[in-house]
Amino acid sequence: MSVLAYLLAVWVFLIGVYGLVTSRNLIHAVVCLSVCQSSTYVLLLAIGYQWGATAPVFSGIASDAAVVDPVVQAMVLTDVVVNAAVTALLLAIAIQVHKRHHTIDPDRLRSLHG
Amino acid sequence: MTRRARLILFVFGACGFALLLAAALLSVPGFGTAQHRYAERAVLAAQVQRHTANAVASVTFDQRGLDTLAETFMFVAAVLGIAALLRRNPDEEEIPPRAHRQERRPPVPNTLRLAAYLLLPVTILVGIYIVLHGHISPGGGFQGGVVLGTAIHLLYLAGDFPTLARLRPVPVFEATEAVAAGAFVLLGFGAMLTGAVFLTNVMPYGTQGELLSAGTVPLLNILVGIEVAAGVVLLIAQFLEQALLLRRETARK
Repeated sequence: MSVLAYLLAVWVFLIGVYGLVTSRNLIHAVVCLSVCQSSTYVLLLAIGYQWGATAPVFSGIASDAAVVDPVVQAMVLTDVVVNAAVTALLLAIAIQVHKRHHTIDPDRLRSLHG
Repeated sequence: MTRRARLILFVFGACGFALLLAAALLSVPGFGTAQHRYAERAVLAAQVQRHTANAVASVTFDQRGLDTLAETFMFVAAVLGIAALLRRNPDEEEIPPRAHRQERRPPVPNTLRLAAYLLLPVTILVGIYIVLHGHISPGGGFQGGVVLGTAIHLLYLAGDFPTLARLRPVPVFEATEAVAAGAFVLLGFGAMLTGAVFLTNVMPYGTQGELLSAGTVPLLNILVGIEVAAGVVLLIAQFLEQALLLRRETARK
């Protein structure tokens, strides 16, 4: 049963890739990529989880309380920042694509011209 | 490749990928067990050695400080990249913000305007709180910085774009972002003056749970908070410029 948390990450990743493959809109594709990246949050947090443990912030809890892994949480923080940066960059590229090609349907972006 | 062929290819690839990944994940240590070797050491280092209540902040800004430095500069690079991508084309012309008046769009409801003006100071206060208390409660420079950076865009929701444009002079925010990111590096070199390694937490650790504790962690939180806030403002400024301030000369004629 407990392996479901990991399988959830696989499912979120694949549903994101499915969106990318079938996308008809670049902005939709950027969001799908975001969904793919969200699967890594689920995976990291699942790896760090511990039954019955609380958040790794020692204010108002006993100093020897069981806490979940703070290392993976810090990695998720990095992950979120990377995701925000990548999403913003790709949206900027989508704007430029629309300016030059007057479409954001990836299937209609066939010719190379700059 | 037709859409159908692409979908079939995807189904094959996805099935293979899912099988391999599922097989790999089955041999990962079980979900929710009490075995976390890094966690034990990280929590011990945060609590006993560094007196940092928020173990995540300790990992981010102290134990893995160098990674966070790289992360900070990655964000700077992203903002720079967007500024380069969204630079003005020769055939585009800027409309001055003052000329951007309400007549071009339907009026903003008064309730929305009131809510935005009321929430603006509250949101900025919350943002500052999250940045300053990053080492003793959940939060920190990245989270608080995003709150601060988006807070002033409540003015845009209130339909007051000219005030927003006056409040955030882009060159000032560019300089602020650069200075804050640079100060992060300087703080790292500052640690070397005491004979320690780059970015070592050399300041007194204080009492755990107090505002002045955890050594350099709150300082780095503040620097990252300023950097991220300025970066988010610049980011949104670029996108707003695209949407509101540029028009094509050819389209106008």
